[in-house]
Amino acid sequence: MQFKRLAFLFVVAVLALSVPLVGAQDAKVIKIASQSPLSGPQSVLGTSIRNAVELAIEQLSGPLVEMGYSVEFVPFDDQATPDVGVANANLLVNDAAIMAVIGHLNSGVAIPSSEVYNDNGLAMVSPANTNVAITDRGLPVVNRICGRDDTQGAAGAAFAATLEGVETVYVLHDTTAYGQGVADFFQKAAAEQGLTVLGFEGTTETANFEGVIQPILALDPDLIYFGGIYSQTGIFINQARAAGYEGLYMGPDGFDASEFAELAGEAGVNTYYTSVAAPPTFYPAAAQFIEDYTAKFGEPPQPFAAQSYDSTGIVLAAIQRILESGEALTREAVVAAVRATENYEGITGTYTFDDNGDPELATYVILQIVSSDPAEWNENVVLDQFLAPSPLVAAAEAEG
Amino acid sequence: MLDARRSLGSVSSPSILEWGYRFILFPIGQMLVFIVGAALFLTLLAFLLALAFPEPRPNIVLMDQVNRQLPGMIISGITIGFVYAMIALGYTLVYGVLKFINFAHSEIFMVGSVVGFEVMQRLSEAGHLPSWSPVLLVVVVVLAAMLASGLLAVLIERVAYRPLRGAPRLVPLISAIGISFFMVDLVRAVEAITRNDFNLTYPLNSLEWVRNPVKLAIGENTVNIRPTQFIVVLGAVVTLIALNYFVNGTKLGRGIRAVSQDMTTAGLMGINVNRMISLTFFVGGAFGGAAGALFGMNVGTVTPFVGFIPGIKAFTAAVLGGIGNVTGALLGGLTLGLVESFLNGLLVYFPALGQRYTDVFAFSVLILILIFRPSGLLGERVDEKV
Repeated sequence: MQFKRLAFLFVVAVLALSVPLVGAQDAKVIKIASQSPLSGPQSVLGTSIRNAVELAIEQLSGPLVEMGYSVEFVPFDDQATPDVGVANANLLVNDAAIMAVIGHLNSGVAIPSSEVYNDNGLAMVSPANTNVAITDRGLPVVNRICGRDDTQGAAGAAFAATLEGVETVYVLHDTTAYGQGVADFFQKAAAEQGLTVLGFEGTTETANFEGVIQPILALDPDLIYFGGIYSQTGIFINQARAAGYEGLYMGPDGFDASEFAELAGEAGVNTYYTSVAAPPTFYPAAAQFIEDYTAKFGEPPQPFAAQSYDSTGIVLAAIQRILESGEALTREAVVAAVRATENYEGITGTYTFDDNGDPELATYVILQIVSSDPAEWNENVVLDQFLAPSPLVAAAEAEG
Repeated sequence: MLDARRSLGSVSSPSILEWGYRFILFPIGQMLVFIVGAALFLTLLAFLLALAFPEPRPNIVLMDQVNRQLPGMIISGITIGFVYAMIALGYTLVYGVLKFINFAHSEIFMVGSVVGFEVMQRLSEAGHLPSWSPVLLVVVVVLAAMLASGLLAVLIERVAYRPLRGAPRLVPLISAIGISFFMVDLVRAVEAITRNDFNLTYPLNSLEWVRNPVKLAIGENTVNIRPTQFIVVLGAVVTLIALNYFVNGTKLGRGIRAVSQDMTTAGLMGINVNRMISLTFFVGGAFGGAAGALFGMNVGTVTPFVGFIPGIKAFTAAVLGGIGNVTGALLGGLTLGLVESFLNGLLVYFPALGQRYTDVFAFSVLILILIFRPSGLLGERVDEKV
């Protein structure tokens, strides 16, 4: 009897608690989720993505609020790990109020996670994933506003070929979808540019690179290209310089975080990197964003933060168009509306998606690190920049 | 270094000469024999490989590459080998006494490296770094790491293993794995809250003496030896000699050996078994901590996840040398470090393989050795194994 009474009380309590929750659902809540590494070695970039999405929702959701909706932000931590990303994805697709995901940082996490979004018809806009497979799978839900690794790798190789005294290169990668992908494009383009590729090696080592360095010293390349993320590549160059490596060092946009300067120290100065996201200071329209971000979070935005702000803006604008047209707000409608984005004026550029979800024109930049002080990261010099069309657009242009 | 399980012997005061031989000359000689033996053997294999495949890739003459890389490979192999050996000692000491694998030991190593970072970072923030002499700095950092890791190991034993002492073999093993996860996340949380940082970089970049490598000319080649590599090797040798003296030359060491031979009888003879077990954990933990701080200084950046790979490798080294055998841990660690270094250096030239196969080959060596010597290189036959 006692037990039954307790069970009854429990059921009543649960019902009483769930009533306000159900009520809240009715009051037209739109949720935007973010997925990025908030803990672990890459949390510097991931946290900045999360913060930028939060700031964007705060500043850009005005029109939706006027229409009687409230926009909520749900951040997820994917720990830069595919398993965790997919587990989060399975969790967040079950919340019917979530209309879109901003993320991820890592292509290796985004590829399996986006399969889950696709099965559940949930739109994803990526501020940072550069692997070609992200959009080349042709999933209707997947979009990105940054460039691609095929163009980035080739741009890096073309630039390396113009550097004085560079004839031989040694290519390393971190064995992830992102790192190996971009390193492979670099390697192929470097060979086409007439450079000698002395080695192409993958390493999962994160602390002690002595074994990796020995053959590099013996081969004595003019330039090392490391397709990887700063938490690994910064430590690598620090040890390689200490072991006597005197050549040049170059990498993809994974180098782009102020933490690189801290990890690499003096050894990292003069390093070249290509990026699909120039420092926020590079974009004239982003000045207000940098100011607001620094005021709110107490530190300057990292690379990809401004892009995350724009990704969120694209989603909010798409939702606004749906509501204004009087259609029902469904995930399906959001997927179509995001893909239909045309000439969205963001703080980092103007975005139109092609049929694969690539931006029709993407910015690529080549930068050089100027200081070992992390605080001066945004001072890195832009050596070259260009706009390149996405493969679909380029193919259409070639035909037309 | 004598076998911890060999005869208990007497500790009656030996002459200075005998003492010097037993506790200084003999262990140093033993290390030299191991290093030279393993390095010569692997060098021979490398030359044979170069003869078998003179040009594995176009324009690469393997013999030239081997000649150029040999000193560098040996030095980096010895450095990491000593780190493995020091961690392996923790596994082997605990196994010798309690007959179980302390899988939380990799995290004790990690805590040592993080404490080393904390001490150095605090000294740097207080502006002491440039004025302190290198020797004093290294001694302070390593001692702090040893103390912290040793005490942590004792605490872990008291909380997670002692209550389970009579339990079936698997139970403390699971407890150890649980502690391991707990420690990683605890350190991650503490560092995230206090420093808001995950990658913990030793403030070495500001130190002039660390940045200038020692250039050593061997034949036509110059090898850069980093000062931190010297520190790792020197620190390892000093602590290993101290351990040898402690285990074989002191009354407490005799107690540990007695407990490892027969716990019940040792207890009946008036030895405080629990205290001896705590002491074993302290010594093993202190070694892990010293290895962590030395490793951290050498690689420059550590994280709360840094313990996993060296921990697994050191466990392998302990099994390779014969688990429960102190000398075996030293031999196993040095062998594994050198094998790994040679594989890393030479697999690059075989495009079908590459460095990603280093661990495959290193662990194949382990399997081969265990097929022919199931209890490890120096292990004695024991009936019970985990």
